[in-house]
Amino acid sequence: MESGYLTILIYIGAVVFLSAAILGMSAWVGVKRPTREKLSPYECGIQPVGDARERFSISFYLVGMLFILFDVEAVFLYPWAVVYKELKWFGFTEMLLYILILLAGYVYIWKKGALDWSR
Amino acid sequence: MTTVSIPDVMRILPELILAGFAILVMLFEPFVPAGRKRVLGWIALLGVLVAGMAFTWAPPNAGMAFSGSIAADGFSYFFIFLFLTIAALALLGSINYLERDNIHHAEYYALILFSTVGMCFMAASAELIMIFLGLEISSLSTYVLAGFRRHDPRSNESAMKYFLLGSFATAFFLYGIAFVYGLTGTTNLVDLAADLAQPGKWSTLTRAALILMFVGLAFKVSTVPFQIWTPDVYQGAPAPVTAFLSTGPKAAAFAVLVRIFLGLAGPSGPAAFWVIWISAALTMTVGNFAALLQKNVKRMLAYSAIAHAGYVLVGLAAAMASGSTEGASAVLFYLAAYAFMNVGAFLLIAHLAGPGEGRTEISDFTGLGRAAPGAAACLTVFMLSLSGIPSTAGFFAKFYVFRASVHAGLIGLTIIAVLNSVVSVYYYLNLVVTMYMREGEPQAARTPMPLPLYSAIAASLFAIFYLGLYPNHFLLLSTLSSKPLP
Amino acid sequence: MVPLSHYIALSAILFVIGAAGFIFRRNIITVFMCIELMLNAVNLAFMAFSRFRGNLDGQLFVFFVIVVAAAEAAVGLALIISLYRSRDTLAIDELDSMKL
Repeated sequence: MESGYLTILIYIGAVVFLSAAILGMSAWVGVKRPTREKLSPYECGIQPVGDARERFSISFYLVGMLFILFDVEAVFLYPWAVVYKELKWFGFTEMLLYILILLAGYVYIWKKGALDWSR
Repeated sequence: MTTVSIPDVMRILPELILAGFAILVMLFEPFVPAGRKRVLGWIALLGVLVAGMAFTWAPPNAGMAFSGSIAADGFSYFFIFLFLTIAALALLGSINYLERDNIHHAEYYALILFSTVGMCFMAASAELIMIFLGLEISSLSTYVLAGFRRHDPRSNESAMKYFLLGSFATAFFLYGIAFVYGLTGTTNLVDLAADLAQPGKWSTLTRAALILMFVGLAFKVSTVPFQIWTPDVYQGAPAPVTAFLSTGPKAAAFAVLVRIFLGLAGPSGPAAFWVIWISAALTMTVGNFAALLQKNVKRMLAYSAIAHAGYVLVGLAAAMASGSTEGASAVLFYLAAYAFMNVGAFLLIAHLAGPGEGRTEISDFTGLGRAAPGAAACLTVFMLSLSGIPSTAGFFAKFYVFRASVHAGLIGLTIIAVLNSVVSVYYYLNLVVTMYMREGEPQAARTPMPLPLYSAIAASLFAIFYLGLYPNHFLLLSTLSSKPLP
Repeated sequence: MVPLSHYIALSAILFVIGAAGFIFRRNIITVFMCIELMLNAVNLAFMAFSRFRGNLDGQLFVFFVIVVAAAEAAVGLALIISLYRSRDTLAIDELDSMKL
């Protein structure tokens, strides 16, 4: 038990030493002649357009929020699937009700135009 | 293998009906043209009435349902009826308000119903996780309702503060549940009471878990020092929403406090009792003295709401000290009486404040007694009842609480409470004096009351005088209801 | 095996970090994330208790807490967007339009 942890400790030490050595050596020994082209984000030649910190459209957040909701609601399907065979029709109808309620929410946001990207 | 039986379903029938109507209103909302949203308000009101009737016509057998997670007892029936009444009054008072301020979206009605469902589950659950779910259903709806005036920065700010502090409080409540579960292996209140009744089961950790849960609920009922959010939220939220959330969720949180603390904390010794005692004294005092300084009517009533939470805590302390039903029944009576006077007052202020709620300073009400005698008279009754003048509901509410606390031997706390209610008379009467005795042109709106609001105000007035003149029937009802099952 | 107390200690530390962040942080998004951290501390406690008691209820509760946290996140973000639109700031200190 103890020796197992010792191995890991040695391993961690080796990893830290090696990565520090490689990065340190290349920073120390390497030659740096930066030019404008070398410093550009895409060295393959694509011209960057605009600023990365632009403001996102509000519908981005809206879809994000709705995604979280529907994604996480699905979490109940996993434990349900595990015991589905034991629950039989009872489990089926319960889950059907649950999905129908989610569906009502879906119809609501659809009709409200929350999923309409063009607006 | 557990399945759902018909009696189980019958025991949560009002909640199911409410939830069904809420989903219906939400589904119809995109299909109803902008000018016709009023229809959905009436559908929501119908839902509340049907839920109430379902109970009256087919009263289910009292008992536990869904493997002990729902307790259908007199206690939960009392609160469910109270919540249905509050929801109906709030809906009646909101319809014209929403039209006047151009925020007539039917989500409002759906959210009121959803919040009521959550409150019903809080009062009716005997399972901590169910209580937590009820708390969240009701809170999430009210967070949105508080920010319903979307283009008003004050309303946004109110919703944000309510949301942040409410979620913070919920985390504490939940952490308490986690520890209760870890220490006893159950979250069912009946099993929990049985488990904790064994000697040697109470430890420092158990008490800490109970305190964490108390902190979570204390935020919801806004007791000192967890009241910091209350004034801003009540002032910034639309006034009909304030009417709803200063009475409904607060009563629901008190229902949970009664269920947990009377059911479990009995054998915990004096620690839990003193926590309640101290927070009752602090809450009354801070609420009343801060209310003295206010210039805004909504903010003044917010501090008054804090003070009233303190009086209810006095009743709870009495119930814990004596173990008799007198304290608990006083708590129930108080919550119901307070609901009528506070809903009435806030709905009336929503109307008088005029479009955009621009006139909520106390000075805006100068001379209203002559300009709008009817509205001024109603507001006067609400203020008198809040201050506890005899022949109104507020008097007997306070009387029963004080009597219970004297009988329980809490003389010190009773003296603090009586002194506090003397102080409170000053700021309630200040508004009355401003309306009748000061010269000037009132800034408050003088348009006649629309019919739905009028009926809500009339119903509240009737309830106030009924409870103030014939309190015995209702006291009997609250005494019968004051014994939770577990 | 890692003893129960380690898990509970970690959970308590997470909870306290969350609570402290809630009180001291000045940006609404960060404050909101601190609340999520507190809820996750609760989840960790539930899982650890469930594992060590051999009782599956705790894991069930975690599902509910996760779902409620997601609903809370959706409502919270919606309120934050609404607030930002009307105020152009997310600094908590500037939420003071209703001081006495």
